[in-house]
Amino acid sequence: MMRAAITGIGETAVGELPGSSCMGLHSEAALRALEDAGLSPDDLDGVLCAYSFTEPHLMLASVFCESFGIQPAWSAAIQCGGATGCVAVMQAAALVEAGLCRHVLVVMGDNRLSGLSRDRAVAALAEVGHPQFERPLGVSIPALYALVAQAYMHEYGVTEEHLAAMAVSCRTHAARHPGAQMRAPITVEEVLRSRVIASPLKLLDCCLISDGGAAAIVSAADAARDTRRPVRLLGTGQKTTHEHLIAAPSLTAFGCREAAEQAFGRAGVSPADVDVAEIYDSFTITLLLELEAIGFFEKGEAGPAALAGALDLGGRLPCNTHGGLLSFAHPGAAGGLFHVLEAVRQLRGEAEARQVTGAELAYVHGDGGILSTHAALVLGRA
Amino acid sequence: MAQTPLPVPNAESRPFWEGAARGVLRIQRCAACGAAQFPPRALCGHCHAKAPPRWEEACGRGVIASHTTVHRAPSAAFRDEVPYTLALVTLAEGPRLLVRLRGAMAEAPRIGAPVVIGFDPPAGPDAIALPHAEAAP
Repeated sequence: MMRAAITGIGETAVGELPGSSCMGLHSEAALRALEDAGLSPDDLDGVLCAYSFTEPHLMLASVFCESFGIQPAWSAAIQCGGATGCVAVMQAAALVEAGLCRHVLVVMGDNRLSGLSRDRAVAALAEVGHPQFERPLGVSIPALYALVAQAYMHEYGVTEEHLAAMAVSCRTHAARHPGAQMRAPITVEEVLRSRVIASPLKLLDCCLISDGGAAAIVSAADAARDTRRPVRLLGTGQKTTHEHLIAAPSLTAFGCREAAEQAFGRAGVSPADVDVAEIYDSFTITLLLELEAIGFFEKGEAGPAALAGALDLGGRLPCNTHGGLLSFAHPGAAGGLFHVLEAVRQLRGEAEARQVTGAELAYVHGDGGILSTHAALVLGRA
Repeated sequence: MAQTPLPVPNAESRPFWEGAARGVLRIQRCAACGAAQFPPRALCGHCHAKAPPRWEEACGRGVIASHTTVHRAPSAAFRDEVPYTLALVTLAEGPRLLVRLRGAMAEAPRIGAPVVIGFDPPAGPDAIALPHAEAAP
Protein backbone atom coordinates (compact mmCIF):
# COMPACT_ATOMS: atom_id res chain seq x y z
CA MET A 1 0.00 0.00 0.00
CA MET A 2 1.40 3.37 -1.01
CA ARG A 3 1.67 6.23 1.46
CA ALA A 4 0.79 9.21 -0.72
CA ALA A 5 -2.37 11.16 -1.39
CA ILE A 6 -3.66 13.72 -3.86
CA THR A 7 -4.69 16.52 -1.55
CA GLY A 8 -5.55 19.39 -3.87
CA ILE A 9 -6.60 19.93 -7.47
CA GLY A 10 -7.09 23.04 -9.56
CA GLU A 11 -7.63 24.01 -13.15
CA THR A 12 -8.18 27.03 -15.33
CA ALA A 13 -10.91 27.52 -17.88
CA VAL A 14 -10.17 25.62 -21.11
CA GLY A 15 -10.71 26.25 -24.81
CA GLU A 16 -9.56 29.41 -26.56
CA LEU A 17 -8.42 31.87 -23.90
CA PRO A 18 -7.23 35.07 -25.60
CA GLY A 19 -4.77 36.99 -23.44
CA SER A 20 -3.67 33.89 -21.53
CA SER A 21 -0.02 32.93 -21.10
CA CYS A 22 1.75 29.71 -20.30
CA MET A 23 3.02 30.86 -16.90
CA GLY A 24 -0.25 32.64 -16.14
CA LEU A 25 -2.15 29.39 -16.66
CA HIS A 26 0.35 27.53 -14.46
CA SER A 27 -0.08 30.07 -11.66
CA GLU A 28 -3.87 30.15 -11.80
CA ALA A 29 -4.11 26.34 -11.67
CA ALA A 30 -1.55 26.21 -8.82
CA LEU A 31 -3.41 28.79 -6.71
CA ARG A 32 -6.66 26.86 -7.15
CA ALA A 33 -5.03 23.59 -6.12
CA LEU A 34 -3.56 25.23 -3.00
CA GLU A 35 -6.93 26.72 -2.12
CA ASP A 36 -8.60 23.35 -2.68
CA ALA A 37 -6.12 21.65 -0.35
CA GLY A 38 -6.20 24.40 2.26
CA LEU A 39 -2.46 24.91 1.92
CA SER A 40 -0.34 28.01 1.30
CA PRO A 41 2.50 28.41 -1.22
CA ASP A 42 5.02 28.16 1.64
CA ASP A 43 3.79 24.63 2.40
CA LEU A 44 5.12 23.40 -0.96
CA ASP A 45 8.55 21.82 -0.79
CA GLY A 46 8.49 20.13 -4.20
CA VAL A 47 7.46 21.23 -7.70
CA LEU A 48 7.10 19.19 -10.88
CA CYS A 49 6.37 20.89 -14.20
CA ALA A 50 6.25 19.62 -17.79
CA TYR A 51 7.02 21.47 -21.02
CA SER A 52 5.59 24.30 -23.11
CA PHE A 53 5.24 25.06 -26.81
CA THR A 54 4.55 28.77 -26.35
CA GLU A 55 7.18 29.53 -23.69
CA PRO A 56 9.70 26.71 -24.19
CA HIS A 57 12.60 26.64 -21.74
CA LEU A 58 15.31 24.20 -20.78
CA MET A 59 14.29 24.47 -17.11
CA LEU A 60 10.56 25.07 -17.00
CA ALA A 61 10.21 24.14 -13.32
CA SER A 62 12.58 26.89 -12.20
CA VAL A 63 10.90 29.29 -14.61
CA PHE A 64 7.58 28.48 -12.94
CA CYS A 65 8.94 28.73 -9.38
CA GLU A 66 10.48 32.12 -10.15
CA SER A 67 7.26 33.33 -11.79
CA PHE A 68 5.03 31.98 -9.00
CA GLY A 69 7.33 33.25 -6.27
CA ILE A 70 8.39 30.13 -4.41
CA GLN A 71 11.77 28.57 -3.63
CA PRO A 72 11.08 24.87 -3.10
CA ALA A 73 13.64 22.40 -1.76
CA TRP A 74 13.12 20.19 -4.83
CA SER A 75 11.94 20.93 -8.39
CA ALA A 76 12.28 19.48 -11.88
CA ALA A 77 10.51 19.32 -15.22
CA ILE A 78 9.37 16.07 -16.79
CA GLN A 79 8.90 15.46 -20.51
CA CYS A 80 6.96 12.30 -21.31
CA GLY A 81 4.46 13.73 -23.79
CA GLY A 82 0.91 12.80 -22.92
CA ALA A 83 2.08 10.53 -20.10
CA THR A 84 3.65 13.48 -18.28
CA GLY A 85 0.67 14.14 -15.99
CA CYS A 86 0.56 10.57 -14.69
CA VAL A 87 4.36 10.25 -14.61
CA ALA A 88 4.61 13.47 -12.57
CA VAL A 89 2.04 12.24 -10.06
CA MET A 90 3.94 8.94 -9.85
CA GLN A 91 7.22 10.80 -9.31
CA ALA A 92 5.65 13.13 -6.74
CA ALA A 93 4.38 10.09 -4.85
CA ALA A 94 7.88 8.61 -4.88
CA LEU A 95 9.28 11.88 -3.48
CA VAL A 96 6.86 12.02 -0.56
CA GLU A 97 7.21 8.29 0.15
CA ALA A 98 10.99 8.66 0.19
CA GLY A 99 10.62 11.42 2.76
CA LEU A 100 12.24 14.00 0.48
CA CYS A 101 9.12 16.16 0.32
CA ARG A 102 5.81 16.59 2.16
CA HIS A 103 3.74 18.52 -0.38
CA VAL A 104 4.66 18.36 -4.09
CA LEU A 105 2.91 20.63 -6.57
CA VAL A 106 2.40 19.08 -10.02
CA VAL A 107 1.51 21.88 -12.40
CA MET A 108 1.30 22.15 -16.17
CA GLY A 109 -0.39 24.33 -18.78
CA ASP A 110 0.00 25.97 -22.15
CA ASN A 111 -1.85 28.44 -24.35
CA ARG A 112 -1.33 26.11 -27.27
CA LEU A 113 -4.38 27.33 -29.21
CA SER A 114 -4.39 31.12 -28.83
CA GLY A 115 -0.60 31.39 -28.53
CA LEU A 116 0.31 29.15 -31.43
CA SER A 117 -2.60 28.66 -33.94
CA ARG A 118 -3.76 25.21 -35.02
CA ASP A 119 -1.33 25.04 -37.95
CA ARG A 120 1.68 25.84 -35.81
CA ALA A 121 0.56 23.44 -33.08
CA VAL A 122 0.14 20.61 -35.62
CA ALA A 123 3.60 21.39 -37.08
CA ALA A 124 5.23 21.55 -33.62
CA LEU A 125 3.69 18.20 -32.66
CA ALA A 126 4.85 16.57 -35.92
CA GLU A 127 8.43 17.12 -34.73
CA VAL A 128 7.90 14.13 -32.45
CA GLY A 129 8.46 12.01 -35.58
CA HIS A 130 11.95 10.64 -36.29
CA PRO A 131 13.94 13.52 -37.85
CA GLN A 132 15.72 11.28 -40.38
CA PHE A 133 13.29 8.48 -41.19
CA GLU A 134 9.74 9.69 -40.41
CA ARG A 135 9.36 13.48 -40.64
CA PRO A 136 10.91 13.86 -44.13
CA LEU A 137 8.19 11.53 -45.48
CA GLY A 138 5.42 13.87 -44.27
CA VAL A 139 4.12 12.22 -41.11
CA SER A 140 1.91 14.04 -38.65
CA ILE A 141 0.95 12.76 -35.21
CA PRO A 142 -2.49 11.79 -36.57
CA ALA A 143 -0.74 9.88 -39.40
CA LEU A 144 1.40 7.92 -36.95
CA TYR A 145 -1.64 6.99 -34.86
CA ALA A 146 -3.52 6.21 -38.09
CA LEU A 147 -0.82 3.64 -38.90
CA VAL A 148 -1.48 2.04 -35.51
CA ALA A 149 -5.24 2.21 -36.10
CA GLN A 150 -5.01 0.51 -39.50
CA ALA A 151 -2.86 -2.31 -38.13
CA TYR A 152 -5.06 -2.77 -35.04
CA MET A 153 -8.27 -2.81 -37.09
CA HIS A 154 -6.73 -5.39 -39.41
CA GLU A 155 -5.60 -7.64 -36.55
CA TYR A 156 -8.68 -7.50 -34.32
CA GLY A 157 -11.58 -6.76 -36.68
CA VAL A 158 -12.13 -3.28 -35.24
CA THR A 159 -14.24 -1.02 -37.50
CA GLU A 160 -14.40 2.74 -38.06
CA GLU A 161 -17.77 2.65 -36.25
CA HIS A 162 -16.03 1.18 -33.21
CA LEU A 163 -13.50 4.01 -33.24
CA ALA A 164 -16.31 6.55 -33.69
CA ALA A 165 -18.05 5.12 -30.61
CA MET A 166 -15.11 6.35 -28.51
CA ALA A 167 -15.58 9.92 -29.76
CA VAL A 168 -19.34 9.78 -29.24
CA SER A 169 -18.91 8.46 -25.70
CA CYS A 170 -16.46 11.22 -24.73
CA ARG A 171 -18.78 13.86 -26.19
CA THR A 172 -21.76 12.43 -24.29
CA HIS A 173 -19.80 12.90 -21.06
CA ALA A 174 -18.54 16.36 -22.04
CA ALA A 175 -22.12 17.51 -22.61
CA ARG A 176 -22.59 17.12 -18.83
CA HIS A 177 -19.50 19.22 -18.01
CA PRO A 178 -20.21 22.96 -17.99
CA GLY A 179 -16.53 23.78 -18.62
CA ALA A 180 -15.82 21.41 -21.54
CA GLN A 181 -14.56 22.88 -24.80
CA MET A 182 -16.92 20.82 -27.01
CA ARG A 183 -20.35 20.01 -25.57
CA ALA A 184 -22.72 19.58 -28.53
CA PRO A 185 -23.69 15.90 -28.79
CA ILE A 186 -22.43 14.01 -31.86
CA THR A 187 -23.45 10.75 -33.52
CA VAL A 188 -21.43 7.88 -34.95
CA GLU A 189 -22.55 9.01 -38.43
CA GLU A 190 -21.23 12.52 -37.82
CA VAL A 191 -17.85 11.15 -36.76
CA LEU A 192 -17.73 8.93 -39.86
CA ARG A 193 -18.68 11.87 -42.11
CA SER A 194 -16.16 14.32 -40.63
CA ARG A 195 -13.26 15.11 -42.96
CA VAL A 196 -10.40 12.66 -43.24
CA ILE A 197 -7.20 13.78 -41.50
CA ALA A 198 -5.11 10.62 -42.04
CA SER A 199 -7.14 7.55 -42.97
CA PRO A 200 -8.79 5.86 -41.13
CA LEU A 201 -8.78 8.79 -38.65
CA LYS A 202 -11.16 11.65 -39.27
CA LEU A 203 -11.43 15.04 -37.63
CA LEU A 204 -13.70 13.80 -34.84
CA ASP A 205 -11.35 10.87 -34.14
CA CYS A 206 -8.70 13.46 -33.14
CA CYS A 207 -8.24 15.34 -29.87
CA LEU A 208 -8.77 19.06 -29.50
CA ILE A 209 -6.13 21.78 -29.42
CA SER A 210 -6.69 24.03 -26.40
CA ASP A 211 -5.46 26.60 -23.94
CA GLY A 212 -5.59 25.57 -20.31
CA GLY A 213 -3.76 24.62 -17.15
CA ALA A 214 -4.06 21.99 -14.43
CA ALA A 215 -2.46 21.36 -11.05
CA ALA A 216 -2.49 18.67 -8.39
CA ILE A 217 -0.81 18.50 -4.99
CA VAL A 218 0.61 15.16 -3.91
CA SER A 219 1.25 14.88 -0.18
CA ALA A 220 2.76 12.39 2.23
CA ALA A 221 0.05 10.41 4.03
CA ASP A 222 0.72 12.08 7.39
CA ALA A 223 0.87 15.54 5.82
CA ALA A 224 -2.42 14.85 4.01
CA ARG A 225 -4.18 14.98 7.37
CA ASP A 226 -3.81 18.78 7.29
CA THR A 227 -5.77 19.02 4.01
CA ARG A 228 -9.47 19.07 3.19
CA ARG A 229 -10.36 16.16 0.87
CA PRO A 230 -7.43 13.80 0.24
CA VAL A 231 -7.74 10.94 -2.22
CA ARG A 232 -5.47 7.96 -1.73
CA LEU A 233 -2.88 7.02 -4.33
CA LEU A 234 -2.99 3.23 -4.21
CA GLY A 235 -0.72 2.18 -7.07
CA THR A 236 1.44 3.57 -9.87
CA GLY A 237 3.15 2.03 -12.89
CA GLN A 238 5.11 2.96 -16.00
CA LYS A 239 6.51 1.24 -19.08
CA THR A 240 8.51 2.48 -22.07
CA THR A 241 9.04 0.35 -25.18
CA HIS A 242 10.24 2.77 -27.89
CA GLU A 243 9.93 6.37 -29.03
CA HIS A 244 9.48 6.27 -32.81
CA LEU A 245 6.87 4.09 -34.46
CA ILE A 246 9.40 2.67 -36.96
CA ALA A 247 11.26 1.20 -33.97
CA ALA A 248 8.23 -0.01 -31.98
CA PRO A 249 8.41 -3.73 -31.09
CA SER A 250 4.83 -4.16 -32.35
CA LEU A 251 2.19 -2.02 -34.09
CA THR A 252 -0.64 -3.47 -32.00
CA ALA A 253 0.82 -4.23 -28.55
CA PHE A 254 2.47 -1.50 -26.49
CA GLY A 255 3.49 -0.83 -22.89
CA CYS A 256 -0.07 -0.16 -21.67
CA ARG A 257 -0.54 -3.59 -20.17
CA GLU A 258 2.70 -3.63 -18.21
CA ALA A 259 2.19 -0.13 -16.81
CA ALA A 260 -1.35 -1.09 -15.77
CA GLU A 261 -0.25 -4.41 -14.26
CA GLN A 262 2.33 -2.62 -12.11
CA ALA A 263 -0.25 -0.13 -10.85
CA PHE A 264 -2.94 -2.77 -10.21
CA GLY A 265 -0.38 -5.04 -8.54
CA ARG A 266 0.86 -2.34 -6.17
CA ALA A 267 -2.74 -1.40 -5.34
CA GLY A 268 -3.75 -5.05 -4.88
CA VAL A 269 -6.81 -4.68 -7.14
CA SER A 270 -7.82 -5.79 -10.63
CA PRO A 271 -9.47 -4.05 -13.61
CA ALA A 272 -12.83 -5.59 -12.62
CA ASP A 273 -12.72 -3.63 -9.33
CA VAL A 274 -12.52 -0.22 -11.06
CA ASP A 275 -15.60 2.03 -10.77
CA VAL A 276 -14.48 4.80 -13.12
CA ALA A 277 -11.62 5.10 -15.64
CA GLU A 278 -9.97 8.19 -17.11
CA ILE A 279 -7.88 7.00 -20.05
CA TYR A 280 -5.70 8.91 -22.47
CA ASP A 281 -7.60 9.62 -25.65
CA SER A 282 -5.40 11.62 -28.00
CA PHE A 283 -7.22 9.73 -30.76
CA THR A 284 -10.12 7.29 -30.71
CA ILE A 285 -7.69 4.45 -31.46
CA THR A 286 -5.63 5.41 -28.39
CA LEU A 287 -8.62 4.98 -26.08
CA LEU A 288 -9.94 1.81 -27.74
CA LEU A 289 -6.55 0.10 -27.80
CA GLU A 290 -5.77 1.04 -24.19
CA LEU A 291 -9.17 -0.12 -22.90
CA GLU A 292 -8.41 -3.53 -24.40
CA ALA A 293 -4.70 -3.69 -23.49
CA ILE A 294 -5.28 -2.71 -19.86
CA GLY A 295 -7.76 -5.56 -19.50
CA PHE A 296 -11.09 -3.76 -19.23
CA PHE A 297 -12.31 -5.44 -22.45
CA GLU A 298 -11.25 -8.38 -24.58
CA LYS A 299 -9.50 -7.64 -27.89
CA GLY A 300 -12.01 -6.30 -30.40
CA GLU A 301 -14.77 -5.87 -27.81
CA ALA A 302 -14.35 -2.29 -26.56
CA GLY A 303 -15.94 -0.85 -29.73
CA PRO A 304 -19.12 -2.94 -29.70
CA ALA A 305 -19.39 -2.40 -25.93
CA ALA A 306 -19.06 1.38 -26.33
CA LEU A 307 -21.71 1.39 -29.05
CA ALA A 308 -24.00 -0.27 -26.49
CA GLY A 309 -23.22 2.39 -23.86
CA ALA A 310 -20.64 0.55 -21.73
CA LEU A 311 -18.52 3.70 -21.27
CA ASP A 312 -21.41 5.96 -20.26
CA LEU A 313 -22.74 6.63 -16.75
CA GLY A 314 -24.48 3.46 -15.62
CA GLY A 315 -22.45 1.39 -18.08
CA ARG A 316 -19.95 -1.33 -17.30
CA LEU A 317 -17.03 1.15 -17.11
CA PRO A 318 -17.84 4.88 -17.11
CA CYS A 319 -14.82 6.32 -18.89
CA ASN A 320 -13.51 9.85 -19.48
CA THR A 321 -16.38 11.36 -17.57
CA HIS A 322 -15.09 14.92 -18.18
CA GLY A 323 -14.99 14.35 -21.94
CA GLY A 324 -11.29 13.59 -22.27
CA LEU A 325 -8.88 15.09 -24.77
CA LEU A 326 -11.45 14.41 -27.49
CA SER A 327 -14.09 16.74 -26.03
CA PHE A 328 -13.01 18.38 -22.74
CA ALA A 329 -9.68 19.95 -23.77
CA HIS A 330 -6.09 19.21 -24.76
CA PRO A 331 -3.62 21.95 -23.89
CA GLY A 332 -0.56 19.63 -23.94
CA ALA A 333 0.80 18.08 -20.77
CA ALA A 334 -2.11 19.49 -18.76
CA GLY A 335 -4.43 17.39 -20.92
CA GLY A 336 -3.23 14.20 -19.30
CA LEU A 337 -3.43 15.82 -15.86
CA PHE A 338 -7.12 16.64 -16.42
CA HIS A 339 -7.75 12.88 -16.41
CA VAL A 340 -6.21 12.73 -12.92
CA LEU A 341 -8.25 15.71 -11.72
CA GLU A 342 -11.48 14.14 -12.95
CA ALA A 343 -10.68 10.87 -11.16
CA VAL A 344 -10.15 12.82 -7.93
CA ARG A 345 -13.49 14.63 -8.37
CA GLN A 346 -15.27 11.33 -8.98
CA LEU A 347 -13.78 9.77 -5.83
CA ARG A 348 -14.73 12.82 -3.77
CA GLY A 349 -18.28 12.66 -5.12
CA GLU A 350 -17.93 16.17 -6.56
CA ALA A 351 -18.53 15.42 -10.24
CA GLU A 352 -22.09 16.78 -10.18
CA ALA A 353 -24.07 15.72 -13.28
CA ARG A 354 -21.20 13.42 -14.30
CA GLN A 355 -20.94 11.62 -10.97
CA VAL A 356 -20.49 7.85 -11.07
CA THR A 357 -22.66 6.67 -8.17
CA GLY A 358 -20.62 5.30 -5.30
CA ALA A 359 -17.25 5.60 -7.09
CA GLU A 360 -14.58 4.23 -4.74
CA LEU A 361 -11.80 3.09 -7.09
CA ALA A 362 -10.52 4.98 -10.14
CA TYR A 363 -7.95 4.11 -12.80
CA VAL A 364 -6.04 6.76 -14.78
CA HIS A 365 -3.84 6.08 -17.81
CA GLY A 366 -1.56 8.36 -19.82
CA ASP A 367 0.54 7.68 -22.87
CA GLY A 368 3.20 9.75 -24.56
CA GLY A 369 4.78 9.71 -28.01
CA ILE A 370 3.27 7.13 -30.35
CA LEU A 371 2.08 4.85 -27.54
CA SER A 372 5.77 4.94 -26.57
CA THR A 373 5.65 5.48 -22.82
CA HIS A 374 2.73 4.62 -20.56
CA ALA A 375 1.86 5.59 -17.01
CA ALA A 376 -0.92 4.25 -14.83
CA LEU A 377 -2.44 5.36 -11.54
CA VAL A 378 -4.91 3.64 -9.25
CA LEU A 379 -6.71 6.03 -6.90
CA GLY A 380 -9.06 5.26 -4.04
CA ARG A 381 -11.55 7.17 -1.91
CA ALA A 382 -10.07 8.12 1.44
CA MET B 1 5.97 26.11 -51.28
CA ALA B 2 8.03 25.83 -48.12
CA GLN B 3 11.03 23.52 -48.29
CA THR B 4 10.30 19.96 -47.12
CA PRO B 5 12.41 19.04 -44.09
CA LEU B 6 15.11 16.90 -45.73
CA PRO B 7 17.20 14.97 -43.22
CA VAL B 8 20.75 16.08 -42.50
CA PRO B 9 22.91 12.93 -42.39
CA ASN B 10 24.68 12.32 -39.09
CA ALA B 11 27.25 9.81 -37.89
CA GLU B 12 24.66 7.06 -37.60
CA SER B 13 22.58 7.72 -40.70
CA ARG B 14 25.19 8.77 -43.28
CA PRO B 15 25.81 5.26 -44.70
CA PHE B 16 22.06 4.84 -45.21
CA TRP B 17 21.71 8.11 -47.15
CA GLU B 18 24.88 7.46 -49.18
CA GLY B 19 23.39 4.13 -50.22
CA ALA B 20 20.01 5.68 -50.91
CA ALA B 21 21.52 8.27 -53.28
CA ARG B 22 22.86 5.32 -55.32
CA GLY B 23 19.51 3.52 -55.17
CA VAL B 24 20.74 0.97 -52.63
CA LEU B 25 18.84 0.11 -49.44
CA ARG B 26 21.24 -0.44 -46.56
CA ILE B 27 20.55 -1.60 -43.00
CA GLN B 28 22.75 -2.46 -40.05
CA ARG B 29 23.56 -5.95 -38.78
CA CYS B 30 25.28 -6.80 -35.50
CA ALA B 31 28.48 -8.76 -35.97
CA ALA B 32 28.07 -10.32 -32.53
CA CYS B 33 24.42 -11.46 -32.42
CA GLY B 34 23.40 -11.18 -36.08
CA ALA B 35 20.37 -8.95 -35.42
CA ALA B 36 19.33 -6.70 -38.31
CA GLN B 37 18.68 -3.12 -37.22
CA PHE B 38 16.92 0.01 -38.45
CA PRO B 39 16.89 2.94 -37.71
CA PRO B 40 20.71 2.94 -37.49
CA ARG B 41 22.37 3.31 -34.12
CA ALA B 42 25.89 3.52 -32.68
CA LEU B 43 25.48 0.10 -31.06
CA CYS B 44 23.38 -3.02 -31.38
CA GLY B 45 20.06 -2.26 -29.68
CA HIS B 46 19.50 -6.01 -29.26
CA CYS B 47 22.65 -7.40 -27.58
CA HIS B 48 24.46 -4.08 -26.87
CA ALA B 49 27.69 -5.45 -28.35
CA LYS B 50 30.53 -2.97 -28.10
CA ALA B 51 31.50 -3.33 -31.77
CA PRO B 52 29.39 -1.00 -33.95
CA PRO B 53 26.91 -2.82 -36.21
CA ARG B 54 28.03 -3.39 -39.82
CA TRP B 55 26.21 -2.03 -42.84
CA GLU B 56 24.86 -4.41 -45.44
CA GLU B 57 22.76 -4.18 -48.55
CA ALA B 58 19.15 -5.24 -47.94
CA CYS B 59 17.25 -7.21 -50.58
CA GLY B 60 14.78 -4.35 -51.01
CA ARG B 61 11.66 -6.47 -50.57
CA GLY B 62 9.08 -6.33 -47.80
CA VAL B 63 5.40 -6.38 -46.95
CA ILE B 64 3.07 -3.58 -45.91
CA ALA B 65 2.64 -3.64 -42.11
CA SER B 66 0.28 -0.66 -42.12
CA HIS B 67 -0.67 2.35 -44.23
CA THR B 68 -2.44 5.71 -44.08
CA THR B 69 -3.42 8.34 -46.59
CA VAL B 70 -2.59 11.80 -45.26
CA HIS B 71 -5.12 14.52 -46.11
CA ARG B 72 -4.13 17.13 -43.52
CA ALA B 73 -0.48 18.11 -44.08
CA PRO B 74 1.75 18.23 -40.99
CA SER B 75 3.19 21.56 -42.16
CA ALA B 76 3.15 24.05 -45.04
CA ALA B 77 5.99 22.11 -46.67
CA PHE B 78 3.67 19.21 -47.47
CA ARG B 79 0.49 21.14 -48.25
CA ASP B 80 0.86 20.90 -52.04
CA GLU B 81 1.43 17.14 -51.85
CA VAL B 82 -1.73 15.95 -50.03
CA PRO B 83 -3.27 13.48 -50.27
CA TYR B 84 -0.34 11.07 -50.15
CA THR B 85 -0.07 7.54 -48.84
CA LEU B 86 2.47 6.42 -46.28
CA ALA B 87 3.26 2.83 -45.44
CA LEU B 88 5.25 1.05 -42.78
CA VAL B 89 7.04 -1.74 -44.60
CA THR B 90 8.44 -4.74 -42.76
CA LEU B 91 11.60 -5.54 -44.68
CA ALA B 92 12.49 -9.15 -45.51
CA GLU B 93 15.41 -8.77 -43.09
CA GLY B 94 13.03 -7.82 -40.26
CA PRO B 95 13.30 -4.08 -39.53
CA ARG B 96 10.55 -1.63 -40.40
CA LEU B 97 10.87 1.33 -42.82
CA LEU B 98 8.47 4.25 -43.42
CA VAL B 99 7.95 5.06 -47.10
CA ARG B 100 5.64 6.84 -49.51
CA LEU B 101 3.62 4.38 -51.59
CA ARG B 102 3.69 4.90 -55.36
CA GLY B 103 1.73 3.55 -58.31
CA ALA B 104 -1.27 1.26 -58.05
CA MET B 105 -0.37 0.26 -54.48
CA ALA B 106 -0.90 3.87 -53.36
CA GLU B 107 -4.48 3.74 -54.67
CA ALA B 108 -5.42 0.50 -52.91
CA PRO B 109 -2.89 -0.24 -50.16
CA ARG B 110 -3.33 -3.54 -48.35
CA ILE B 111 -1.69 -4.86 -45.17
CA GLY B 112 0.42 -7.90 -46.05
CA ALA B 113 0.89 -6.86 -49.69
CA PRO B 114 4.43 -7.49 -51.01
CA VAL B 115 6.32 -4.36 -52.09
CA VAL B 116 9.74 -3.37 -53.39
CA ILE B 117 11.66 -0.38 -52.05
CA GLY B 118 12.89 2.31 -54.43
CA PHE B 119 14.29 5.81 -54.00
CA ASP B 120 13.29 9.26 -55.23
CA PRO B 121 15.90 11.26 -57.19
CA PRO B 122 18.52 12.75 -54.83
CA ALA B 123 17.64 16.29 -53.72
CA GLY B 124 19.10 19.09 -51.62
CA PRO B 125 22.67 19.87 -50.53
CA ASP B 126 23.13 16.40 -49.01
CA ALA B 127 21.72 14.53 -52.06
CA ILE B 128 18.94 12.94 -50.03
CA ALA B 129 16.97 10.23 -51.84
CA LEU B 130 13.81 9.47 -49.85
CA PRO B 131 12.57 5.87 -49.91
CA HIS B 132 9.30 4.82 -51.54
CA ALA B 133 7.64 1.50 -52.27
CA GLU B 134 5.51 0.04 -55.01
CA ALA B 135 3.80 -3.26 -55.65
CA ALA B 136 6.24 -6.14 -56.06
CA PRO B 137 6.30 -7.27 -59.70
